Amino acid sequence: MAKIRGAILVDVEACKGCGVCIPACPQDVLDLAKEVNGKGYNYSYMKNPEACIGCANCAIVCPDGVISVYKVKVA
Amino acid sequence: MAEITIQDIIKKENLVYTKSKVMTDATLSYCPGCGHGTAHRLIAEVIEEMDIQSQTVGVCPVGCSVLMYNFLDLDMQQAAHGRAPAVATAIKRLMPEKFVFTYQGDGDLAAIGTAETIHACNRGENIVIIFVNNGIYGMTGGQMAPTTLKGMPSSTCPYGRDIEMMGNPLKMTELVAQLAGTYYVTRQSVHSPRNVRRAKKAIRLAFENQKLKRGVSFVEIVSNCNSGWKLPPVKANEWMEENMFPFYPLGDIKVDGEIVSK
Repeated sequence: MAKIRGAILVDVEACKGCGVCIPACPQDVLDLAKEVNGKGYNYSYMKNPEACIGCANCAIVCPDGVISVYKVKVA
Repeated sequence: MAEITIQDIIKKENLVYTKSKVMTDATLSYCPGCGHGTAHRLIAEVIEEMDIQSQTVGVCPVGCSVLMYNFLDLDMQQAAHGRAPAVATAIKRLMPEKFVFTYQGDGDLAAIGTAETIHACNRGENIVIIFVNNGIYGMTGGQMAPTTLKGMPSSTCPYGRDIEMMGNPLKMTELVAQLAGTYYVTRQSVHSPRNVRRAKKAIRLAFENQKLKRGVSFVEIVSNCNSGWKLPPVKANEWMEENMFPFYPLGDIKVDGEIVSK
């Protein structure tokens, strides 16, 4: 069976670190970084990138639309 | 099988979701976690999917979303406080081929703009009204709004809304559903993936109704105001589920001109 692998790209400088994407992820991929961006927010990042399935749940709840989602089928 | 890296996945041809092109690159002025951003994005996505960007005119309210014209790459008109449905009426009557929507908060639509809202809905103007209800005046510092829940604290009722002294919260959406001019009335939220998908379908249906000249489509979005409620964003969403949804139940209230829920 083909396996789906996903990944997200976060616009770090636009992320406000609200954390709404974290409970939206069914695979528990996301977390807030310990580092901060230029505005002083702890931005969202993939702490567990292997588990991402590219469902885009995080991106559709992101109030600032900073998440882009990519998905590939791995044979 | 060779191990696939993140760089192999993040390529243009694998993109499945990104911010709509109808949104500008301006950073949203809202607080972290505010539902306004999601609501803006859903409107932008619907307009992009229907390919009506050049035919759409939006009317901004007064409130947090007063700067909406900076965030959506559309023709926008600023209305005086509460008067967005009246301005939208004029725009739609002068340019009937345009798609016209208003975007209003609860202080704008349910307090100072009650008359305009009720009469525009009663006349059955062929417009879309997006009503973002967070139960508080967010922009001015979290004062009590007509939609503030019973017992809910705000900066002007710090011990909670006292019904005897301050009156009952107003269910604007149920009110306009009673009017003959409304065709589609629904209440949605944008705090979880499932609700975002439903809200997007509702907004899409509202714009489709306008295309068919069916009358007012009224979409309420129950939203959070984590700064006004003095809660972190995720906690504010949980508080909203526990307290706002029992009083403001989600779902369609009027579909195709027929009331489907009480």
